[in-house]
Amino acid sequence: MSPEVKPDFLISPEGLRIDGRRPDELRPIELKVGVLKQANGSASIRQGKTYIIAGVYGPRELHPRHLTLNDRAYLRVVYRMATFSVPDRKRPAPSRREREISMVIANALKPALFLEEFPKSVVDVHIIVIQADGGTRCAAINAASLALADAGIPMRSLVPAVAVGKADGKLLVDLGDEEDKYGQGDVPMAIMPQTDEITLLQQDGFFKREELVEAMQMGINSCKYLHELQKDALKRVYVQKTSDSDGEEFEDDLETDLGDAEIMGDE
Amino acid sequence: MAVYFQKREVVVPGQLLAEGRYRPSNGTYDEGGKIYSSLMGLAELKGNTVRVVALDGAYIPKEGDLVIGTIKIVAGNNWKIDIGGPYGASLHANNALRRPYSDDISEYMDIGDVVSAEISAFDRQSGPFLSMRERGLEVLEGGMILEVSPAKIPRIIGRSGSMINMINDHLKIDSVVGQNGRIWIKSPDIARVRLAIKAFRMIEAQAHTSNLTDRISKMLAEDVAKLKDLEPSEEPSTEIETVDEEEPAPKPETEVSEATEPKPEVEPEAEIKPQPEAADETEEVVEKKPEPEVSTDVVIESDDKPETEEVNE
Repeated sequence: MSPEVKPDFLISPEGLRIDGRRPDELRPIELKVGVLKQANGSASIRQGKTYIIAGVYGPRELHPRHLTLNDRAYLRVVYRMATFSVPDRKRPAPSRREREISMVIANALKPALFLEEFPKSVVDVHIIVIQADGGTRCAAINAASLALADAGIPMRSLVPAVAVGKADGKLLVDLGDEEDKYGQGDVPMAIMPQTDEITLLQQDGFFKREELVEAMQMGINSCKYLHELQKDALKRVYVQKTSDSDGEEFEDDLETDLGDAEIMGDE
Repeated sequence: MAVYFQKREVVVPGQLLAEGRYRPSNGTYDEGGKIYSSLMGLAELKGNTVRVVALDGAYIPKEGDLVIGTIKIVAGNNWKIDIGGPYGASLHANNALRRPYSDDISEYMDIGDVVSAEISAFDRQSGPFLSMRERGLEVLEGGMILEVSPAKIPRIIGRSGSMINMINDHLKIDSVVGQNGRIWIKSPDIARVRLAIKAFRMIEAQAHTSNLTDRISKMLAEDVAKLKDLEPSEEPSTEIETVDEEEPAPKPETEVSEATEPKPEVEPEAEIKPQPEAADETEEVVEKKPEPEVSTDVVIESDDKPETEEVNE
């Protein structure tokens, strides 16, 4: 394993970042929905070199039974890193960090979900980090929220998330691994874009009050952009399916009205 | 006073659908007088009710639904039945058998048996309870179970059963469609089962497109024609004589039609090849009504299942 060396600077004299981005620029992001066949809903995200797959199972019967919540579904998030996801092999046992991030992600997603529609059941969200390059918890939230929508879990809104940080005294959006390691701070955040409610806000490192406020504003702006990407990724699944089914037949004549069909089915 | 979507547009969770005097329904929620989608699905406006029909999702029981379940546990007077989705259902013997019935209810239905049943009660406090009192609810013998997404079932049934009837007509198969996403298919030959699966999968994949019934019909017509070319029709069937001597002769047709309204000519169709399954057909029939015969019949049939013996001992 090549020993990592601290880069000489995180912000170049021209004001660009180590990978050539502007301070408020996200890494290239690729979202895919429906990547796992067995899961009820799934999504993957590539954000720079970070690659994460999320799968949603359920709502289904909850085991062990003692975790049952009588008024809503239990949201069980498992965030795990593959052993090969980082330069030094990660030990396969679940670490403290993984458990904490699982909890943080669950808390970030929970306010957006209508879990009370499925009392006593469980919604399992499995998140596997295939390759880690900074910002995994935020990328995981992005993917998990798409997977939940793909699984047909009712929710108030998708949940985009992004990390804002500080390096060489400048605020940066969507930290890469080196900026995360050698920078001065990190503020991961997730929002519900309709209402601008913040569902995740953490901070490590040092920020002045004005810096934090500005960082949050930058984060919200980036989240809104991510939200557009998420909506796009979700819709793309069905647009594709329509186009490869030989034709333009959407919306021509509505010989089978969905609503009626459903009513008939109920009888 | 505005609607922000086209008819049957694909919408995503959190998308603003309407504002003003509209009423939120399934798949939507109301926040500050605005109606948003809570699901990924197809948005629809009916009168002034906005709703979103989900494209996917687990099966959530609803009273009156016809479901297909597998018996998992026989517990005293109850059968615990897996109907898919997050909630396991239970069926009390009183709602399935005619009294008096034997103490050991596994004589009638045992672990592994597949049944069609109706959800008789379900709310947030108590899990779904089933009933098999209605006509046409019975143990499903033979055949196979195909699992599809419960969200696509309305489309598979079609308006007043148009889609499923069309498939049954084309393939001359027996089928029961459960709201929980399970389809029971029974056909005299494998080729037709394969075609049926192909058709159901195609509906599942293209449920959000229109003109689907026509396309499926066309595809099946072509495939059935191909089948006929391969094997010219066999000798006329003589297989139904056993059915006739049993008392409720017209049963097999009417029973299934309760659920899916397949056309009546399923049974006497000439090109159904003689099959050992014909015997099953009669068992199924007897299952329904005459008390004494029920027990004997089921016992005989359960003898060849290893699990039965374990339970009985």
